[in-house]
Amino acid sequence: MALDDRKSDGFTFVGTRPNRPDGLDKVTGRARFGADASAPGMLHGAILRSPHAHARILRIDTSKAEALKDVKAVVTRADFSDKVEFAPGLEGDFWNILENVMAGDKALYDGHAVAAVAATSALAARDALKLIEVEYEVLPHVTDVDKAMLMDAPVIRQGAADYSVPEGMHPNVVRKHESGHGDVEAGFAEADLVIEDHFTTEATHQGYIEPHACLATLGADGKGELWCCTQGHWIVQKTCAALLGIETANLRVTASEIGGGFGGKTTVFIEPVALALSRKANKPVKLVMSRSEVFRATGPTASASMDIKIGMKKDGTLTAAQGTFRLQGGAFPGGPADFTAMCAFAPYNLPHVRQVGYDVMTNRPKQAAYRAPGSPMAAFAVESVIDELCNQLGLDPIEVRLKNASREGTKASYGPRFQRIGLVETLEAAKAHPHYTAPLKPGQGRGISCGFWFNHGGETSVSLALSEDGSAQVMVGTPDIGGSRASMALMAAEVLGIPYENIRVTIADTATLGYNDVSHGSRVTYASGLATIKAARHAVEKLCERAAKKWGIPVDAVKWENGCAVPSGPNAGEFDPLPLADITADMGRTGGPISGHFEATPEGAGVSFATHIVDAEVDPETGKTKVVRYTVVQDAGKAIHPTYVEGQFQGGAAQGIGWALNEEYIYGADGRLQNSVFLDYRIPVASDLPMIDTVIVEVPNPGHPFGVRGVGETSICPPLAAIANAVSAAAGARMRQLPMSPPRILAALKADG
Amino acid sequence: MVEVHLWSGLRSLAGGCEVVSVEARDTGEMLRALVRAHPELQAPIDAGVSVAIDGRVIASGLTEPIPDGAEVYLMQRLRGG
Amino acid sequence: MSKIHVSTTVNGDAVEYLCDPRETLLDCLRDKLSLTGAKEGCGTGDCGACSVTLDGRLVCSCLVLGVEAEGKEIGTVEGIAEGDVLHPLQQKFIDYAALQCGICTPGILVAAKALLEQNPDPTEEEVRFWLAGNLCRCTGYDKIIRAVMDTARDMRETA
Repeated sequence: MALDDRKSDGFTFVGTRPNRPDGLDKVTGRARFGADASAPGMLHGAILRSPHAHARILRIDTSKAEALKDVKAVVTRADFSDKVEFAPGLEGDFWNILENVMAGDKALYDGHAVAAVAATSALAARDALKLIEVEYEVLPHVTDVDKAMLMDAPVIRQGAADYSVPEGMHPNVVRKHESGHGDVEAGFAEADLVIEDHFTTEATHQGYIEPHACLATLGADGKGELWCCTQGHWIVQKTCAALLGIETANLRVTASEIGGGFGGKTTVFIEPVALALSRKANKPVKLVMSRSEVFRATGPTASASMDIKIGMKKDGTLTAAQGTFRLQGGAFPGGPADFTAMCAFAPYNLPHVRQVGYDVMTNRPKQAAYRAPGSPMAAFAVESVIDELCNQLGLDPIEVRLKNASREGTKASYGPRFQRIGLVETLEAAKAHPHYTAPLKPGQGRGISCGFWFNHGGETSVSLALSEDGSAQVMVGTPDIGGSRASMALMAAEVLGIPYENIRVTIADTATLGYNDVSHGSRVTYASGLATIKAARHAVEKLCERAAKKWGIPVDAVKWENGCAVPSGPNAGEFDPLPLADITADMGRTGGPISGHFEATPEGAGVSFATHIVDAEVDPETGKTKVVRYTVVQDAGKAIHPTYVEGQFQGGAAQGIGWALNEEYIYGADGRLQNSVFLDYRIPVASDLPMIDTVIVEVPNPGHPFGVRGVGETSICPPLAAIANAVSAAAGARMRQLPMSPPRILAALKADG
Repeated sequence: MVEVHLWSGLRSLAGGCEVVSVEARDTGEMLRALVRAHPELQAPIDAGVSVAIDGRVIASGLTEPIPDGAEVYLMQRLRGG
Repeated sequence: MSKIHVSTTVNGDAVEYLCDPRETLLDCLRDKLSLTGAKEGCGTGDCGACSVTLDGRLVCSCLVLGVEAEGKEIGTVEGIAEGDVLHPLQQKFIDYAALQCGICTPGILVAAKALLEQNPDPTEEEVRFWLAGNLCRCTGYDKIIRAVMDTARDMRETA
């Protein structure tokens, strides 16, 4: 799709800021989220979880629980029961997911599910869990990424490594990625200053306020219904069908309103368990996680240990860069070390670059995607070193980044040449922003950072149906996690030429549309938006055909303008514009209902860049840090609904502030998670944050009809580094470990002083 | 002929080559031809790869045409978050 | 364990339910009265998604037992609008896009309404500290704070 395909000027609806269609439901409390559904005869489920970080499960005795009158079903893995509740013989990702949702012969982390019950009430289900006896043989455990790579580390699972891992590495190292170009040693030799340093980040949780919840019904006939909060109900359908051994099409999955996901709801945790319980009890089962279960057993992001070496000339030119990134993603393969490596140096034009990533298993929960998975930690390490180079050479950090910025045609650190990108534009806008030159108070420091993310396309299917009165209903398959129904309606309105208010966008269930990839990869406004535009154009073609037939002229003599069919030129004949509603009023008698449809896997998501500016102040007495001013500058390609684009920018920045300053998974020596409630795992609260200013840069994406680039993820890439640079400046000491909690700040001040 | 650039982690599976030349008109043909030329590339290709054609990243499509003389890079399979 | 009969008032309506002494007010509102506007985000009083008023006082309903509601007046998000007329805060939250996923919105609206009832002219800092018990993971609070401040200004002007 070429850019000249888009209405380059004068969008009518796109770029406006109407109210969202689900706003009234959400301010009145009637919007239905995962835990808000119920069914006649419904049971309540609960899951028993391992208290050990690593233990062999020798025996599970469920008889006492099963003897309770209120208990209607108990499930464990097949090894321990007479009947197979989950499908045998799974391989690959499905096997990993099954092993994660219900432990097999070993519990692999504190919180790993080992059994589940369904009972007539939530209290009865919880009481029954206490009667299940599990005999464990406790095994040595490891939760730290560097320790898990040492030769004497406990082995979590033999044979989990793939082709990429060289012989001689510990079996916990399961993937290796290596890429780059040029000769880094030659590059370092050209530099006037080379800095090499080590950085770590801790695992953080996506922190969505809505715990996972579902309502499952599955019968012995293999037909089921599942209601759940998810970022993608087709992946839930596919995965659950595989784990339960039923046909995919026989399981209908409906996505509830979703109370936050940020990548953490792109897989399944409780849904297959609820379905197994329902099948055994032959009744609907509702299963809702507690907050503690969310922290202990759903995906945090990976923690990282990173070595960075970068060379720079006195004039600020980068000569070479090298990075080693070790990420632990819990007790399964999947830590995004490859992405950490590929994103690390992407903002810069480097003649010599080399990046190596290791995916390492530990006794922690299976990591799940978290907003640009892998990229924020890389940016923290790399942008900290660039900041230090600028400091030591006395150079302006934005000028240096501009001098070295990736542009159209630059050979990316991960291989190919960039197409049209907007990094330079974000840097120019940051430089021109009043924030960048505003005076700082004593004790304050300013930091900047760039960030990069790939964005994604994915399988997409959208249908649009017109009503007799000229209104339109749009069915999309990507759960709305941040206002996307409004964006879809704006794009459909733009094509159809009917008011935004006359379009209703629904998240269709799995029985209503073809396969849709998850709402992830910043893909919804890009891919579902593209499909909505094309589905609307498909409907417009049919509208033009009806008009052509009515006027008795060829269809190519009709065009669509401002919601009306009109003759395409003077030779087409003289006809009054025929409004959409006039065509649809008669559609039943002129050929039948009019719908539009589009399905594809669009391959033009286009990469995305941002630049953030942060002012922070540090209290040298207590080590407390406060972010006092924050500005996000990001390329959105084209902002369909600018208010929700700003919302993504602000939300990503706020999550980044939490990751940088407070949030971390803390494990005790016993391998148990010590902070599994919000009181101890402290996400930013209103009084922690300043207003977050935003600047939307628009460098159109050639891969989208209106120029859209995804915006959801890139906003969390720069904050860690930008805040670290600001705090380091304020404290007068380089911060190499996240989070920059008060004890770490005080330690850094002490080491420096 | 299409010259396909491999990320450095793949080179040991392709006889140390950084660039492999194959006959292919689209991404699917290109990947099959790579495996014919270097069978050890099967494992990473099965694990999932993305392809950049003149800078345009194809996340998973096997039917994307590859113009003559295009600059082609293999990449780790892109995923969302 | 035998259940206890509770008579209480929710959003001005007299209601009754039977509850286990271990069940929270949040459980009772959601499961017995089908008032699912209040959400359980944590169950430990840290997130504020279950905020309601109890005889006018802002509380986390996950920290109140169902039996404690006996004879009390409960206010939930479902009672904020009057008929088809939204409370100014509700309208402003829609107008300002002060919500993304919306799971924290009911609790924040209940809390913000309680704030404006006792302090019609709060500073930004006062709003931020009042709402510090209501977690939002989507918005970074920026648009929420603006919506509350501007609602307060509008309500002062029309008062």
